[in-house]
Amino acid sequence: MMVVTVGSAIVALEADEIIYGAIGLAGSLFGVATLFFLLNAPYVAVFQIAVYIGAVAVLILFTVMLVRQEKWAKEVPARSLTRIAGVATGLAITLSLALAVVDTNLSQFTTLANNATFVDIGVLISTGDAPILEVLALVLAAAVVGAMTLARADREEKPQ
Amino acid sequence: MNSLTDFVLVSAMLFGIGVYGLVTKRNALRLLFAVEIMINAANLNFVAFGQYLPSASGAQGPVTNALGQTFVLFSIALAAAEAAVILAIVIVAYRLHQDVDVSELKSMEG
Repeated sequence: MMVVTVGSAIVALEADEIIYGAIGLAGSLFGVATLFFLLNAPYVAVFQIAVYIGAVAVLILFTVMLVRQEKWAKEVPARSLTRIAGVATGLAITLSLALAVVDTNLSQFTTLANNATFVDIGVLISTGDAPILEVLALVLAAAVVGAMTLARADREEKPQ
Repeated sequence: MNSLTDFVLVSAMLFGIGVYGLVTKRNALRLLFAVEIMINAANLNFVAFGQYLPSASGAQGPVTNALGQTFVLFSIALAAAEAAVILAIVIVAYRLHQDVDVSELKSMEG
């Protein structure tokens, strides 16, 4: 499952057609969701599938279809210097993080906690974290309204 | 596949891939993909640490700590809002400039 997750993340960034990249991203997100299942966190996993694969991936697919195909096709390949710099940066960060993790004694933790019930999460959200929930609701509403305004105001300025 | 290290290593790999995408790509949607991958790496860390390092131990093993999962729920909602805004910006930029290459969008340069 980890191979699927990491592999589709690479596909998402490197696929020639952007539509395959979007599908790769969906695969990677699904892989992370299965890792959540393995971690005894089914509620988060289902939430991840519903929000990411149900909403974000579909949103991305619609955007890809709205923008004409030739614009994606003419995607300029990155200059080789940029590419080398990118690979070097990514590898350096991964290796330093991995070495730091291996250096610790994290591998001694092999026991998963008991499965958190929905009630646990719900109590936590609605008591201590209630202000965060309210602010998050406002942010979501503002983001959606802002996105719709962005996409609509432009159409009025430039009638087709 | 059953220790905390495995999940943290996968998270590190995802984060590295995201950084690579941010450095090399110039297509706005690919940049969004890279950011989403990095957000997922962070979420995976939250859940993994929350499940393997619970706050207390009970009679039947470690008591669960739902705080990590709660954070991830908030984080996923925020990421969805962010994706919606970015996609709207991409569509507007495409209408104005007929392009999705971020290096071509020069009207916002200082």
